[in-house]
Amino acid sequence: MGILNLLRRNSFEHGIHPQEHKELTCRLPIRRLPFAPTLILPLSQHAGAPAIPLVSPGQEVVRGEPVASADGIVSVPVHAPATGVVESIQLMPSARGPKTESIIIHVYQGSSQEVLYSAPRDVDSMTAAEIIQAVQDAGMVGLGGAAFPTHVKMKPPPEHQVDTLVVNGCECEPYLTCDHRLMLEQTDDLLSGIHIVMRALGVERAMIGIEDNKMDAVDAIAGRLPANSPISVHAVQTKYPQGAEKMLIESLLGRRVPSGSFPSAVGVSVFNVSTLAQIGALLPMGQGVIERVVTVTGPGVRQPGNYLVPIGTPVRFLLDFAGSTAQAHELILGGPMMGMSVASLDVPVTKAVSGMVLLEASDADLREVKVQPCIRCAYCVEACPMHLNPSTLGLLAAKGEYETMAKQFHLNDCFECGCCSYVCPSSIPLVQYFRIAKAINREKAA
Amino acid sequence: MDTKLKIELRTSPHLKQTVAVEQIMRNVVYALLPVCAFAVYAFGISVLALLTVTTLTCVLGESLFCRLSGKPNTVNDWSIVITGLLLGLTLPPGFPLWMAAVAAIVAVGLGKALFGGLGYNVMNPALIGRAFVQAAFPVAITTWTPAFLDKRFTEFLPSTLTAPFMQPPALGDWIEQTRVDAFSGATPLALQKFEQISTPVGDLLTGMTAGSAGETSALIILAGGLYLAARRMMDWRIPLGVLLGAALASLPFWLMDSLRYPDPLFVLFSGGLMLGAVFMASDMVASPVTPRGVWIYSLFIGVLTVIIRLFGGLTEGVMYAILLGNAISPLIATVTQPRVFGAARKDSRP
Repeated sequence: MGILNLLRRNSFEHGIHPQEHKELTCRLPIRRLPFAPTLILPLSQHAGAPAIPLVSPGQEVVRGEPVASADGIVSVPVHAPATGVVESIQLMPSARGPKTESIIIHVYQGSSQEVLYSAPRDVDSMTAAEIIQAVQDAGMVGLGGAAFPTHVKMKPPPEHQVDTLVVNGCECEPYLTCDHRLMLEQTDDLLSGIHIVMRALGVERAMIGIEDNKMDAVDAIAGRLPANSPISVHAVQTKYPQGAEKMLIESLLGRRVPSGSFPSAVGVSVFNVSTLAQIGALLPMGQGVIERVVTVTGPGVRQPGNYLVPIGTPVRFLLDFAGSTAQAHELILGGPMMGMSVASLDVPVTKAVSGMVLLEASDADLREVKVQPCIRCAYCVEACPMHLNPSTLGLLAAKGEYETMAKQFHLNDCFECGCCSYVCPSSIPLVQYFRIAKAINREKAA
Repeated sequence: MDTKLKIELRTSPHLKQTVAVEQIMRNVVYALLPVCAFAVYAFGISVLALLTVTTLTCVLGESLFCRLSGKPNTVNDWSIVITGLLLGLTLPPGFPLWMAAVAAIVAVGLGKALFGGLGYNVMNPALIGRAFVQAAFPVAITTWTPAFLDKRFTEFLPSTLTAPFMQPPALGDWIEQTRVDAFSGATPLALQKFEQISTPVGDLLTGMTAGSAGETSALIILAGGLYLAARRMMDWRIPLGVLLGAALASLPFWLMDSLRYPDPLFVLFSGGLMLGAVFMASDMVASPVTPRGVWIYSLFIGVLTVIIRLFGGLTEGVMYAILLGNAISPLIATVTQPRVFGAARKDSRP
């Protein structure tokens, strides 16, 4: 293992190198987006139980005020992103497809939109348990896209001894630059967030991993670190999916998370930079998550940029603000590799939306594709970061042998990064096959 | 601002690498073209006619079989052009054209269409076609003519234009007449096997010998292979494994008795091994997808080739070695599934 580590160039095996397209927005500072007239706040913006509404239609809310409370441990509250009045609580379209229960807030355009709802406190004197509770109260979820409640990740199972906090600044998705800008512009918030989470986890060191296409961010952070700081910053190879937590752990530490386990099994907790920066900014103020940085980009956008967007802003408003071209053709929330294309412009920006990418019909990326038979070129086998055999899995999926896929070919290790579909010269929608197979297996198990 | 977008719904990933099947296949054709050009240069218009017949027959055959089975025509994925060219390159330069057409029909019909077309064939279609005519026309397929004849660009070899369903004339007298010095009508492999005459490796590299139309210049074949490997359109491990397997298998015999057995370099550069290793064993469809499987498969082909050459009745063993390799490739793939990331190893903690 030692020699292997020396040969490794801060990276993992396999993966792909899609065109980055980050130049569209990587030099554009974060700008604040105006308030949309109406905000749509889904009660379920996180993995776990939906939040329980605390307000009723007609009730006035103040910016920053909790409007829904956590339902149990794996759940987080929702805060009002703007001062206004609750219009209704109803089913609204979501990026995932099914309509979800959402609080609709009519924003008072005359309001100063000051955050009045806060309770400043001294984080340094808080215990680990108090910090974890405060993180839940802030409505914090994994802002990198996973949307898993952050406080749950801060309590690893007792049988696992966590020794390292890994900070994920890879941003390996093409087009997205929100984390990049945030590392440059909110470095202090990020570092104080890292310190807070280190205290809560009780770990002695933190390692920040940043893809080497963002050396300015590496330098910016390294410049703020005092000598013998427990925090270190590392450039890792620019390769997709470097930002997948299992990949990043291997790149930084050479540890492989066992199949079917969480990172805590190898003593690591992974947090995204935007999550940590929000923790660093919000916890001392006692505030909740009410806005986030979203990269609005793609060839279909007239004014690409990184915008500080109030949670609940409808995609339509964002699109009107940034402008779209006539050839705009596909709208994706998140990155283009793992994000979801949306059917309705009434879908709101939620906590886990890191980007809005608008692709054009003329893009070679979107050319009409004809699915051809698998020619066993093994490109997918060479690309899969989990070392699966997507070729064989795809053939099994075509035959409907979903259980064999899970039992013999490790279907459940697939985290749907999309490398296999990306490289497939036959344009077989492998990832989609695997999603269907997993869903059917889940249904059968239930 | 008008936001009446016509948006489409797709599933992730929303980006796609632009290498498509027809691109891979077209590049294999590009890599084969110099080999074809040299074959025509060395053996003249007979080989030009041979390659044209095999390729056209394959293309027409594929169209016909697609129509018969009610499938969309798959000719434009270019894979059938590879089959046609490869088939032509593996045949003797003076092979009767009607027999070549039979080989091509068998290649596309029995080797490919019967299984369901591209991606479903178990073995390399070109080799299926060649194996068929090896059994059906044993004399014609072992009748060799010298390279670089003076009149090769103006006259067909006498056997080329044999009337359909007729046997070609014997070439002995004709070769006498053309007065080629010291040409015994034998390939380097036959010379070595039966008369222990070794052909210099330099001649093998540059194609100054007798043999099948496209197998005589190892250098040009290697160049095509390097092009494909550099473009990642061929798994470089396959030719390497085949050649390595052949060299390693022949080494001990040569060390034991260097008069009777060929030296490894001769083994590598003679006969169809190079053409087979670079362009046929590496056929994506019929080789395993797993990285470890690829090594087993290619070494197996290399070793088997040498065993057939040294101990079989035939002078050349590449064709059967590859066909057997193709046959066991699904089995190899099954037993060499990649080890999933984080699967039980000793202990991943340092």
